[in-house]
Amino acid sequence: MTMLPEASAIKLGLVIDLDICVGCQACVVNCKEWNTSGYGAPLSDVDAYGAAPTGAWLNRVHAYEAGSGADARTVHFPKSCLHCEDAPCVTVCPTGASFKRAEDGIVLVNEDWCIGCGLCAWSCPYGAREMDPAEGVMKKCTLCVDRIYNNNLPAEDQVPACVRTCPTNARHFGDLGDPTSDVSQMVAARGGFDLMPEQNTKPVNKYLPPRPRRASDDTPVSLLAMAQDATPSGFWKWVDSTLEKLG
Amino acid sequence: MRPAWSIIFFTSISGLGFGLASWLVLGFVNLAEPQHLLLVGLGTMALIAAGLLSSTLHLGHPERAWRALTQWRSSWLSREGVLAVLALAALTLWGLYYARHGMPPLWANALLVGLMLLTVYATSMIYASLRTVARWHHPLTPVCYLMFAASSGLLAILWVLALLGQPVTASLSLAAMLAVAAAWGVKIIWWQLAGASGSGSSLATATGLGGLGEVRSIMPPHTSENYLQHEMGFVVARKHAAQLRVLALLAGGLLPVSLLFLLAPTAVVLAAVVLLHMIGVFVERWLFFAEAKHSVTLYYGDVH
Repeated sequence: MTMLPEASAIKLGLVIDLDICVGCQACVVNCKEWNTSGYGAPLSDVDAYGAAPTGAWLNRVHAYEAGSGADARTVHFPKSCLHCEDAPCVTVCPTGASFKRAEDGIVLVNEDWCIGCGLCAWSCPYGAREMDPAEGVMKKCTLCVDRIYNNNLPAEDQVPACVRTCPTNARHFGDLGDPTSDVSQMVAARGGFDLMPEQNTKPVNKYLPPRPRRASDDTPVSLLAMAQDATPSGFWKWVDSTLEKLG
Repeated sequence: MRPAWSIIFFTSISGLGFGLASWLVLGFVNLAEPQHLLLVGLGTMALIAAGLLSSTLHLGHPERAWRALTQWRSSWLSREGVLAVLALAALTLWGLYYARHGMPPLWANALLVGLMLLTVYATSMIYASLRTVARWHHPLTPVCYLMFAASSGLLAILWVLALLGQPVTASLSLAAMLAVAAAWGVKIIWWQLAGASGSGSSLATATGLGGLGEVRSIMPPHTSENYLQHEMGFVVARKHAAQLRVLALLAGGLLPVSLLFLLAPTAVVLAAVVLLHMIGVFVERWLFFAEAKHSVTLYYGDVH
């Protein structure tokens, strides 16, 4: 059913720290690796070894430059489904294949019902959905629903693949509906924000901004002046004073 | 947005079909001859059905298309499907009643026309309801679809009248000319207004990094084009948009009106008029998609 359920108390989602991400693409690769053999059809590639390979990915990392001058910085920007509370991709679906789970807010696609019309991808402002080129059904981040509730996995693996693999700990998983959860507290402390709030989608996933630069004296340091000002001691003091006398 | 041929054909031809059917139901053609009713009725239904069937061509799983009739409570695409099926069924009943008893009562005709207009409205709302495409998300978008359904339908009525040897009156010709002019008038206003103030989204809001200053994309997430860029990042038309608009106005507006005004309304002339108008509508519909910018392209450095 593509009517949105009542807002769930539990809102599972990701918190992505733009201050820490180094753009290594490990989350992208592990996402593809897990999800090509997990929920639904494999994530196919076309012309994988050719000149113009293409394929379905559920997580992509962009890179942006923000600001200018000495304060400009490079920001690596991972983007996947934000599991929006008012998800337009769910309500536009004509078949009921696209749905939001009432119990934890995860947005999923029932691939046996999907007709591959692509309207949900059109309705998503973020580009979180991609049509599988081989299967003709819509693919999207499942928040690794087949990991997070999977008791056959060790406890530390019961998180989304992207979170588990991030070598810098830039990705965090938790319940954003619970204000006392680690992720909620992180969002509160760091000023976590929504992407494109003007699209009224109310994303569950939050992004943490790059931390402000630490204050520093920007005047260049002169090594020559430092050497001239230095007062020698020991052997060099004797050399210095002897040469002074000779001069 | 990538203009899919199946969608362009679907929206224009089903618009033409529903427009033609609406004028027929309002009694603009005398269908008392059984073979006339059969021919015109089947022809009109074929147009509508061809449009609807072509809309399933771009699907990844056309065999599951029936599922699209289930989510009418939330989805305009589903509503469009349900309304189209209802309209086709009602149109069939209308034809059967006409064959036995002549023209159905006015309330039934009004109801059926309302149902068909609602179907065209639902088609337009598939696009107009998307906040992600600022140009489509405009109150005039459905008006454009309805106006072109009315104008192409009325031109087709003239042609049908000529084919059946019924009089094509000067006042009906004039009405058709006005309908064509009005449709293109609304379209010109839409070209100026729709999406003119932008989407309100920018790379700054898309990344949330606006507080740091200007945001620039320095690296795409992959080395080759992906589905999002292919589907939503279509740019070919934009540089030719001005010429294509002129072409649409000439073929779809000026030429048909001139032919109607200058030549006697024979079946051949009216066939050319309908064809020219539809070429204009096709170009207009192609531009509707090709010129539209989707918010996801902001992430790829597109400026809206």
